[in-house]
Amino acid sequence: MTEPAPVLRIRNISKRFGELLANDAISLTLDSGEVLALLGENGAGKSTLMSILFGHYVADAGDIEVFGKPLPPGNPRIALNAGIGMVHQHFTLADNLSVLDNIVLGSEPLWQPFSNRRAARTKLLDVAHRFGLPVDPDARVGTLSVGERQRVEILKALYRGARILILDEPTAVLTPQESESLFATLAQMVAQGLSIIFISHKLGEVLRVSDRVAVLRAGKLVAEAATKGVTQAQLAQWMVGHGVDAAERQPTRVRGGSVCALERVSTARRGREYLRDVSLALHAGEIVAIAGVSGNGQAALANLLCGTLSAEHGSVTLLDAPLPAEPDRLVQLGVARVPEDRHAVGVVGDLPVWENALSERLSSPAFSRGGWIRGTAARAHAQTIVKRFDVRGGGLTTAARSLSGGNMQKLILGRALTPPAGAVAAKLIVAHQPTWGLDIGAVAFVQQQLVAARDAGAAVLLISDDLDEVMALGDRIAVMHAGALTEALPAEQWTRETIGLAMAGSHAASTPGAERAA
Amino acid sequence: MMDFIGSLGDILGNASFWVAVLRIATPLIFGTVGVLLCERAGVLNLGIEGIMVAGAFAGWLTVYGGGSLWTGVLVAALVGAAFGLLHAWLTVGLALSQHVAGLGITMLATALSYYGYRVSFPKVNTPPTVTPFAPMDWFPLPVFDAQTPPTLLALILVPLIAWLLYRTPIGLAVRMVGENPQAAEGQGVSVAAVRTGAIVAGSALMGVAGSFLTLSAFNAFFFNMINGRGWICVALVVFAAWQPGKALLGALLFAFFDALQLRLQQSGDAVLPYQFYLMLPYALSIVALILVARRATYPQALMKPYRKGER
Amino acid sequence: MRLEKRNESSALVLIAAPFAAVAFTLSVAALLVLWAGAPVGRTYSLLLQGGFGSVFAWSETLTRATPLILSGLAATVAFKARLFNIGAEGQLYAGALAAIAVGGLHGGTGLEWSPWILFPLMIVAAALAGAALLLGPALMKQKLGVDEVVTTLLFNFIVLLFVGAMLDGPMKDPTAMGWPQSVALNGELELGKLIEGTRVHSGLLFAAFLAVAMWALFRFTTLGFRIRAVGANARAAAFAGIPVTGTVVMVALLSGGLAGVAGAIEVAGRTGYVTLDMSPGYGYSGIVIAMLAGLHPIGVLLASIFVAGVLVGADSMSRAIGVPTYIADVIVATSLLSVLVATLLTQYRVRWK
Repeated sequence: MTEPAPVLRIRNISKRFGELLANDAISLTLDSGEVLALLGENGAGKSTLMSILFGHYVADAGDIEVFGKPLPPGNPRIALNAGIGMVHQHFTLADNLSVLDNIVLGSEPLWQPFSNRRAARTKLLDVAHRFGLPVDPDARVGTLSVGERQRVEILKALYRGARILILDEPTAVLTPQESESLFATLAQMVAQGLSIIFISHKLGEVLRVSDRVAVLRAGKLVAEAATKGVTQAQLAQWMVGHGVDAAERQPTRVRGGSVCALERVSTARRGREYLRDVSLALHAGEIVAIAGVSGNGQAALANLLCGTLSAEHGSVTLLDAPLPAEPDRLVQLGVARVPEDRHAVGVVGDLPVWENALSERLSSPAFSRGGWIRGTAARAHAQTIVKRFDVRGGGLTTAARSLSGGNMQKLILGRALTPPAGAVAAKLIVAHQPTWGLDIGAVAFVQQQLVAARDAGAAVLLISDDLDEVMALGDRIAVMHAGALTEALPAEQWTRETIGLAMAGSHAASTPGAERAA
Repeated sequence: MMDFIGSLGDILGNASFWVAVLRIATPLIFGTVGVLLCERAGVLNLGIEGIMVAGAFAGWLTVYGGGSLWTGVLVAALVGAAFGLLHAWLTVGLALSQHVAGLGITMLATALSYYGYRVSFPKVNTPPTVTPFAPMDWFPLPVFDAQTPPTLLALILVPLIAWLLYRTPIGLAVRMVGENPQAAEGQGVSVAAVRTGAIVAGSALMGVAGSFLTLSAFNAFFFNMINGRGWICVALVVFAAWQPGKALLGALLFAFFDALQLRLQQSGDAVLPYQFYLMLPYALSIVALILVARRATYPQALMKPYRKGER
Repeated sequence: MRLEKRNESSALVLIAAPFAAVAFTLSVAALLVLWAGAPVGRTYSLLLQGGFGSVFAWSETLTRATPLILSGLAATVAFKARLFNIGAEGQLYAGALAAIAVGGLHGGTGLEWSPWILFPLMIVAAALAGAALLLGPALMKQKLGVDEVVTTLLFNFIVLLFVGAMLDGPMKDPTAMGWPQSVALNGELELGKLIEGTRVHSGLLFAAFLAVAMWALFRFTTLGFRIRAVGANARAAAFAGIPVTGTVVMVALLSGGLAGVAGAIEVAGRTGYVTLDMSPGYGYSGIVIAMLAGLHPIGVLLASIFVAGVLVGADSMSRAIGVPTYIADVIVATSLLSVLVATLLTQYRVRWK
């Protein structure tokens, strides 16, 4: 095996955020024409490392060389000019501007008295053609699908002549089939001499696309190996530091009566987030998991059942009565809710832990009387939650924002699942992406709580775009696409492939029991 | 009723009415375009009211002190730019609340101008005057030949700013920074630099807007002479959907009503106390805001402070 | 230049921040004093004496502080909920007009009821007038997304013109020889003086009581909780079941009401009638006071006394030494900006690379 000169060399990079050592003396190289997978759990330091490489952050120590030349820190423009392109997980595109506007920004000297649009368009179409990434330069980005937006993100880097492309969790927003087509594009780019860093926490796709893999754990580089010759189990062990038992499905033992039912529900159209003629029944003692690429109506479904959105057509019932579109009424009736965005929706970050534990039950007689808060009772309740759900990282008076993601999620889950004296226990749990972005320990804790609640007789609706989680926890599974929901069928009747096809909206696949459904 | 329509006809048929419309519109055009530049870059600039006061005072003081009229306008622009720089430091550099920082700048600029006026003229009762811009009687168009050069400048400014925003790389950078600063940063464009530049330039225009009042419309500096014109500009930008062309239209429409209420007030057969006519501009601004509220597409990052490296 | 979030800020830093800001402000204002050709030390000592140097100075300062406390509280409750009410000036005038409408001798209701009924009625009317004025902008913000800063600012001009029309018309005092002033308040409704021979009136105690009441509201009640939650994160508050629009409406009523009461208390305690210059920008100063106080109702008491002292002291200093009174406005505005910066520096650390 010949040793080509590395295009990128990272040496001893360290970065600390307060207490957290996000990167601990990491050294890496990237060879010409290779795909290097950077594997690690959420919070392992992958994104920090790449943000340093791209100039968003400045490292505390260490240096970077690109094509043999040192890369000055802290400036994305210098990184771009050195040939580094980055495709962020959360797209950085302006919805109100055209594709061409988004792409050409920054590619011309700022003080040029006019912008050469025609040349830019020709160049864009040329690049798009060369890499097989067709786009409409004049489309407004806001009108594009998620897959198309990712294409624009990639083109942005290629247009600027990137020779090194960093892709941060690029498949997180794609259907399995869209991911396949992305992998084909990657192969084409490598064939044209680009080098790629592929960031992921999904073992399967790392094995599938990369030539070499580097594993980060808790800020340290723990392993580096040629992909050929490593196994999924080996990668998993490196990633989490100990052996991992494949999550084993524990199917429900008892399925009870219907708790909540949606009958041909549609909601007002708001971009792509809406429901179209959705029917679904949730029974006591089962977990119904909703798979799908996020942004296909899952938020509308979650909001509907969390009381922050009302249906335009159809009926939603909770225990045979119409479901009220008021969050506080829902909580009183026994609906436990875990929202998708814990920072922006789950907690009020500036308020202390105990007030956040109280916020859903403010009008409960246990915690307030005649408009006055019963502080002692509320604090005692918060203390119970903190203890039972093992919320660490601060006392009751710590601002919720300073909790780590996992502890914040435990607080939210604890608040939802701990009724005060005299209130009904959770009958329906709506959990939207409850484990997103958590470390493995917290993921396991959250999943255990959901299973335990199910076993205690609650109906659980789990909305997740992590297919592994859906398949591990769902007793029944349904798939969302473009606001429509397939029938919820027992997990055994689905395969990864049929779910993938349904996620892409393929009609034939959307009902595995199609013969019967027809 | 016929009387009213008759007198309305008299008013609209009179060239001097249209002269007044353009004159009233001029400071609004400068101010609105100034606010528009800031907001397109994602920053609400509530300093405008005070910056207009400061521009009016500084421009006038320069001319009173012996400077030429155009030097006065330039000084007004520079003073505006200086307050813009302070605003940018607070709202971009330190990412403070744009509302409070803007109001603070308005208070500061107003207080400094009044203080400066009183220090310069401790004991005067009638405000000292300067010789203002003369009408461009050489201009070959009616109505325009009664205007002063700054009005022409304002009218030229609008297409110029439109060109800048939609046809140049720097304009694209301004718009991108107002829509998605993360994206701009990722493309190698410095959000801080572009926003600062836009605020400074916009504030300079606000300063010029103020100087028009003391160097063209009137010939002296009075307390309370801006009288909410700055706030009206902020409302007009929303009404104009952040587009320079519509901003010009909005300013003209607004000036039309303002000139009309002045005429109706003076026409003698006014049925209402004169104060109700004077309310019209402010009431209209509120109505304009309500009218466009539903379909307004704000710059996505407006009023969202951006701290590099924070999501 | 970058900002880095601090993990913890010590209580000492938090308390020191406003004082550091004021110290910075005074040194900036010293340059302006020099420009006016006056000696800095003497100017400041005259200012200090004029504001706080004698019983009379204190009485004037506390008189001036009374409406400032109320408008400061109005801004505090609104800003806590992130409802940027910049219309306290107009709401104050609306409250003053309402007070005269209820309690004016002629041109008001002309009711000859006992002051025990009429006085509360007058206060309620003033509060309602102020509240009604803010209700529109608050609803426009919640329902239509119209920025409330611009609407409340514009309403200030409308209200002032309306006051002018009233003083020329229905509420005109016929004995004022053409001077634009309203009919006088029923003498029985005027507030008693706290110290004989000065202008300090019992409105000060009422304002101080309201400050304590607001503090208790924020700290111990469900409404206070809702206000804080909506202000800190409206989306999360809505998710938790807090009615956001309802809370903002309540805040609008409280904030506008407090500003309206400020107008009534001024009329009942100091002027006895409404004029177009009865408030030298109390409504706007309330914003500065709220920010100086870090949106803390008890802090509002202290900040009001500080601002009132500067305003009163500047008046007396200006008479003695000729430095324009506008120096007070410069000091107040600069304090606002420097407190903003100082507060930020308690939360963030500046890194210069």
